[in-house]
Amino acid sequence: MKVLVPVKRVIDYNVKVRVKADGSGVDLANVKMSMNPFDEIAVEEAIRLKEAGKAEEIVAVSVGVKQAQETLRTALAMGADRAILVVAADDVHQDIEPLAVAKILAKVVEEEQPGLVLCGKQAIDNDMNATGQMLAALLGWSQGTFASELTVDGDSATVTREVDGGLQTIKVKMPAIITVDLRLNEPRYASLPNIMKAKKKPLDEKTAADYGVDVAPRLEVVKTAEPPARAAGI
Amino acid sequence: MAVLLIAEVTDGALALDATAKAVTAAKQLGDVIVLCTGASAKAAADEAAKIGGVSKVLVAEDALYGHRLAEPVAALIVSLASGYSHIVAPSTTDAKNIMPRVAALLDVMILSDVVGVIDADTFERPIYAGNAIQTVKSTDSVKVMTIRTSTFDLAPTGGSAPVEVIATGDDPGLSEWVEDKVAASDRPELTSAGVVVSGGRGVGSETDFALIEKLADKLGAAVGASRAAVDSGFAPNDWQVGQTGKVVAPDLYIAIGISGAIQHLAGMKDSKIIVAINKDEEAPIFQVADFGLVADLFVAVPALIDAL
Ligand SMILES: Cc1cc2nc3c(=O)[nH]c(=O)nc-3n(C[C@H](O)[C@H](O)[C@H](O)COP(=O)(O)OP(=O)(O)OC[C@H]3O[C@@H](n4cnc5c(N)ncnc54)[C@H](O)[C@@H]3O)c2cc1C
Ligand SMILES: Cc1cc2nc3c(=O)[nH]c(=O)nc-3n(C[C@H](O)[C@H](O)[C@H](O)COP(=O)(O)OP(=O)(O)OC[C@H]3O[C@@H](n4cnc5c(N)ncnc54)[C@H](O)[C@@H]3O)c2cc1C
Repeated sequence: MKVLVPVKRVIDYNVKVRVKADGSGVDLANVKMSMNPFDEIAVEEAIRLKEAGKAEEIVAVSVGVKQAQETLRTALAMGADRAILVVAADDVHQDIEPLAVAKILAKVVEEEQPGLVLCGKQAIDNDMNATGQMLAALLGWSQGTFASELTVDGDSATVTREVDGGLQTIKVKMPAIITVDLRLNEPRYASLPNIMKAKKKPLDEKTAADYGVDVAPRLEVVKTAEPPARAAGI
Repeated sequence: MAVLLIAEVTDGALALDATAKAVTAAKQLGDVIVLCTGASAKAAADEAAKIGGVSKVLVAEDALYGHRLAEPVAALIVSLASGYSHIVAPSTTDAKNIMPRVAALLDVMILSDVVGVIDADTFERPIYAGNAIQTVKSTDSVKVMTIRTSTFDLAPTGGSAPVEVIATGDDPGLSEWVEDKVAASDRPELTSAGVVVSGGRGVGSETDFALIEKLADKLGAAVGASRAAVDSGFAPNDWQVGQTGKVVAPDLYIAIGISGAIQHLAGMKDSKIIVAINKDEEAPIFQVADFGLVADLFVAVPALIDAL
């Protein structure tokens, strides 16, 4: 089985976000960017499936600016076999909506024919929590969201999901889209030799146009503002 | 135009708080038609009909919808979609599972966690763990969105909308329910409680977390936790408050042994009064707290329990 892992380049979770004074957005120039933390968990899970002999190949894919290459190299250094970068924006401040990302990923799935897609539950920048579900809809596949446990058994997978009331376990038909939650695993760090090796792993570059997907946004950002501040107390 | 509002129904019971707050948001957009679905949903529908401002309630009862699996419920919603300008639901884990699937099937974007309605096309939503509020205008023909209920008031009860039973759909056969692990509790529900007492890594162990629970019970409060407390096994996952857990805005929030990382603040900084107990006076939680107590929690909390 091939596993596809979409990874997003986002602002590092330790960085304090600054809203631009003119309300046009968040300042992303010269801030530290990293792989979305949930996506590290997804990559880790894919590697564990491979180590357990349940997956043969792991393909990481990112949609966004050219710099998302670095994010893909991180995935390769962790243990992904190959990567696909779909350049769909040329400015770091331009984000691609989940619907457009899902449409591109659907095309990648058509081409790559993975048996499983492991996504993050949400990207920590826009907090949409949508891409995996949208991809499942477009492909007509089953979805197991917010996974804290995953067991793959041939043509089905058992997923324990973190839900409002506690935990729900469901069985999904393969191929499936699984979105991962924080407690699924603890991602490994890439070792130095693996970082070196990752530089030689294949990284294909494509564009949104190659897949014939229109990435024009459906939502127009009118403004971005700071939330009302709380005064410190005693 | 009419709004289709997906009620939160769990095991046949209506989650009144979440649903009635979503009604308040939806009312600003048009006539509100509520959909109640589940293996049993009739009682929930009768209850939803009493929410003020609801024009009609639709009931789709079928074992297929019993555990709110995304695929059949999304298919049902899509089959009902024509004629509605907006399809909305409270931001629960069920809705977050289902609504993006609905949106993609309709070829529209999802608006997640809406905290403000400007007009029928324009909405506010938090991004970057609530560190920025984005105003977005949708160009889609139908707006599919989830509503962050902690920012909307409860719609009053006292309505008497008609209830209509509707046909159910086919089973896409993609997933099946196996089991639920739900902890029964007499405490108030976390997202609607007036008082929340939360513990963090500072509490130190699952055994000592009983101290947090004891204080909560004295106050008739719900219990929350930081991610670190949940990851360390002190508390169950559904107690997590924050960017990736639950968002709460009680009248009183007491944070004990919690440092105040932005991801935690994202889930509680709209609380009316915040009290923090932490032994480190530099802890960032004190920057948002109305009342801060620099103390060892193992001294302060038992003293507080005794004083109450
Ligand atoms: C600076 C800025 C500018 C913006 N400008 C606009 C604008 O001009 N117009 C507009 O309409 N909206 C704009 N937005 C909003 C933005 O388009 C959406 O809010 C955003 O795409 C929401 O998705 P998410 O990243 O939260 O995805 P989620 O659905 O939360 O992501 C879940 C998972 O999907 C996968 N995934 C998501 N994105 C990618 C990706 N790119 N590549 C690979 N995998 C991915 C990952 O596995 C991820 O963990 C802007 C946002 C920002 C911050
Ligand atoms: C993608 C992502 C998502 C996340 N989502 C969430 C989320 O939803 N919710 C969330 O909470 N976190 C979330 N986090 C984690 C967050 O960044 C912090 O790590 C977490 O909130 C820290 O929890 P804490 O405050 O309990 O622990 P710590 O930061 O370790 O703080 C413990 C505090 O207890 C105090 N203390 C210790 N002993 C005592 C004592 N005896 N008496 C009094 N005080 C004491 C210490 O001074 C310290 O301030 C997320 C992180 C990431 C990367």
